[in-house]
Amino acid sequence: MLLKHINFLGGKMKKLLTLVILFTSTIVSAGTLVVNSNQSGEPSKSAFDAYVAAFSEAHPEVTVVVNEFEHEAYKTAIRNFLTAEAPDVAIWFAGNRMKFFVDQNLFQDVSDVWADADLNDSMASSKGSLTVDGKQYGVPWGYYQWGVYYRKDLFDQLGLNVPRDWDEFKWVCAMLKKNGITPITIGTKFLWTAGGWFDYLNLRINGYQFHMDLTAGKVSYEDPRLDAVFDHWRELIDPGYFLEDHASFSWQDAQAPQINGEAAMYLIGNFYVPTFEAAGIGDQMDFFQFPTIYEGVGVAEDAPTDTMHIPSGAKNVEDAKKFLAFMSNKEAATNWAKMGGMLSPNKYADKPTNRFSIMGAKMLAAADDIAQFWDRDANPDMAGAAMEGFQEFMVKPDREDKIRARLEKERARIHGAL
Amino acid sequence: MTFWERNQLKLAPFIFLAPAILVFLIYVIYPIFDSIWVSFHEWNGMDKSGIRGNGKPNWEFVGFKNYITLFTDDDEFYVSLFNNIRWLIFSLLAVPIGLALALFVNQKILGIRYIKSLFYFPFVINAVVIGVIFTWFYNPKYGALSLVLGFFGLDPIPMLADENLATYGIIIASFFPGIAYTMILYITGLTGVSREMIEAGRIDGASGFTMLWHVVLPQLRPATLIAVVVTLVGALRAFDLIAVMTAGGPWGSSEVLAYKMYQEALFNFRMGYGAAIATILFLIMDIYIAWFLYRLFKNERSEK
Repeated sequence: MLLKHINFLGGKMKKLLTLVILFTSTIVSAGTLVVNSNQSGEPSKSAFDAYVAAFSEAHPEVTVVVNEFEHEAYKTAIRNFLTAEAPDVAIWFAGNRMKFFVDQNLFQDVSDVWADADLNDSMASSKGSLTVDGKQYGVPWGYYQWGVYYRKDLFDQLGLNVPRDWDEFKWVCAMLKKNGITPITIGTKFLWTAGGWFDYLNLRINGYQFHMDLTAGKVSYEDPRLDAVFDHWRELIDPGYFLEDHASFSWQDAQAPQINGEAAMYLIGNFYVPTFEAAGIGDQMDFFQFPTIYEGVGVAEDAPTDTMHIPSGAKNVEDAKKFLAFMSNKEAATNWAKMGGMLSPNKYADKPTNRFSIMGAKMLAAADDIAQFWDRDANPDMAGAAMEGFQEFMVKPDREDKIRARLEKERARIHGAL
Repeated sequence: MTFWERNQLKLAPFIFLAPAILVFLIYVIYPIFDSIWVSFHEWNGMDKSGIRGNGKPNWEFVGFKNYITLFTDDDEFYVSLFNNIRWLIFSLLAVPIGLALALFVNQKILGIRYIKSLFYFPFVINAVVIGVIFTWFYNPKYGALSLVLGFFGLDPIPMLADENLATYGIIIASFFPGIAYTMILYITGLTGVSREMIEAGRIDGASGFTMLWHVVLPQLRPATLIAVVVTLVGALRAFDLIAVMTAGGPWGSSEVLAYKMYQEALFNFRMGYGAAIATILFLIMDIYIAWFLYRLFKNERSEK
C-alpha cells in the first residue's frame, strides 16, 4: 500500500509536488489514482484515510495519491483544478453545487457505477440528489441531519417538554426567556446559520416543492406565500428569543452560551455533536426535530450530502470508478461515515451507534423529502445575497420589504424575469 | 572593438534588469490589462468556450454593462466605496500617533530598546492573527472591551455586529500594525534630525510644540511622505482584516471594494463584474496616488 498525503501552501508548489509524485509513482505502478479531498481537520481526515486504506487493501494494484485541501479553500480551488489539471476523483457536494459542474461538462456520467455496484439499490435514498436528466454524476459517501440540539437539563429544570408544534415552540421560548435563559443560540457572522432557519420555516410552512422552486429561482422573493415565513420568523425575533448580537458570532462562537448553560436551543447540523461531547455536556444535551408549523405540509428535512465525482478530465477513469464503486463495500462505507460523524447513505451499512446519529437516521428515514441546505440548493450567487438578507432581517426585521425587494432584484438578474 | 565591447556598459544594466522586468511584465503589467479586458465580459470563471446551465455562453462580451450595473444598480458598490473613503480618512490617524510614539521612545532611558521592539511587535504579527485577537477583544459576550465597559456600568457595544460601527472597529484594529510601522519610519527619521538645528532653535527660544512643528517636522518630511503613502495604499487595499473580522458583514455593511471584488469574482462566479470593481479600484488608487506624489515632489522641488 502506497498512501501519500501532501498538504499544500501555494498553488505552484502544489503543481510541482503533484508532478514529482505522479512521475515517481507511475514508475512504481501503472495505476495511480489522484484524489482531491476537502476532508481536512479531524475527525474528517482520519475517516477519509481509513476509506483510502481499505480501498488500497482491496485494490493493491492501484496507488492512491491524496491531495488534501483545507475545507473552505477547496470551494474555490475546485473550479481551477477541474479545468486545469483534473484529478481522477474529486470530493464535492450533491444538489445544485454538483449540477453547476455537470452543466459545465466537468463531471462524468457514472450511471454505470450505480448499476454495476448495485448502488441503485443500496443508495436509493440519495439517488435523486445525484441525478441530472436521469443520469448519475457522483456517488454519495455521507450525509447528516439538521435539527434542534437542546439542553435537556434546562428544559427539565423548568418542566418544559419538547415542542411538537409552533405554539408549543413559542411557549418554550417564552418560558426560557422569562427565566433568564436565551432560548435560541445562533451565530450569523458567516450567514449560513440564518439560511438554516429560513430553510426550516419555509419547508414547514410552504413545503418541499415550493422551497425547491424558490431555490431554483422560479418564485419571486416578494411572493405572498413567503409572507408567512417572515411573519413566523418575526414571532421569534421581536420578543428577543435569538442570542443577542448574533451577527458578531461564528457558529462556533455561538456554542459557548449553550455549553455554559446560558442558552437552551441550537438549530444546527449533526457536526455539532463532537464539540459539545468534548465540552463535557454530552449527557445534558438532546435533540428534537424542527416542530411542525402547518398540519398537512409534508415533512422535509435538511440533510446535506457529501459526494465523490469523476472529473471529465480524469486520466485514470477505470480506477476512479473502482474507487467510487467501493462505497458499496458495507464496512468501508460504515467506517468513513461513522468516523466522520456522518450517516452512511448505504442502507446496508451498520447502523450508527452515537445516539444523535441514531435519532437523525430515524428522522431522515421517515422524512417525506430531503433538502440539501440553502447554500447547496440555491445558486451560489443567490444563496449569498439571500443569506445576507436573512441576517439583516434577523437584526432589523422592519426592513423586510426592502430586503425582499433587493433579493427579488438579485433573483431576476440571476435567473431572469418570471 | 567588437559590438559587445563597445556597448557593454550601456547594455549591461538592461541585461541585469531583464529577468526582473520580465517577471514584472508577466505577473503585474499583463494581469492589469487582462483584468480590464475581462471587465468588459460576462464570465463565470469557467472554460471560455463552454455553455452555462441557462444556455448562455460562459464568456460573453457585454461592453460597459458591468460598469453600468455597478454605478446604477448596485447599492453595495456605494457602501463599499463609502467605506473605502472612511478607511482613507481615518487610517491616516496612524501617522500622527506613530509620530507621537516615535518621539516618546526616542529618549535615552534604560531599557528603551526593549520598549521600542515591543511597540514594533504588532507590525510583525500576521494580519489574520491581529484580526482574530481584535474579534475576541470586541466579542460582546466574553470580550475584553465589554468587560471594561461593564466595569463602568456600560452596556457592551457589539462593535462588529453594528452596521454603523463595524468599519470603525476594523480600522481601529488596523491601527495596531499601522502605528507600529509609521513609528519605525519616524524613529529612523529622527536619527537623521540635525542636532545643530535643534541647538539653534533652542537658542532662538523655540521649545516644545514650536520646536516640533518648525524645526523637527520639516526635517522628517521624507518619513512623513512614506508613512502617508504606505498608510493610504494600505487603506485602499484593506482586505485581510475585513475577511477575518466581519467577512464584510453585518449584511455587507463593512465591505470595501477589494473585498467586494473578491466576493463577486470568487464566490459569486462573476469574474467580469469582479474585474470591473478591480478596475475602478485601480483607477482610484492610481489617480489618487499619482496626484499625491506629484504634489509632494513639486513641493520638495520648490523648496530646494
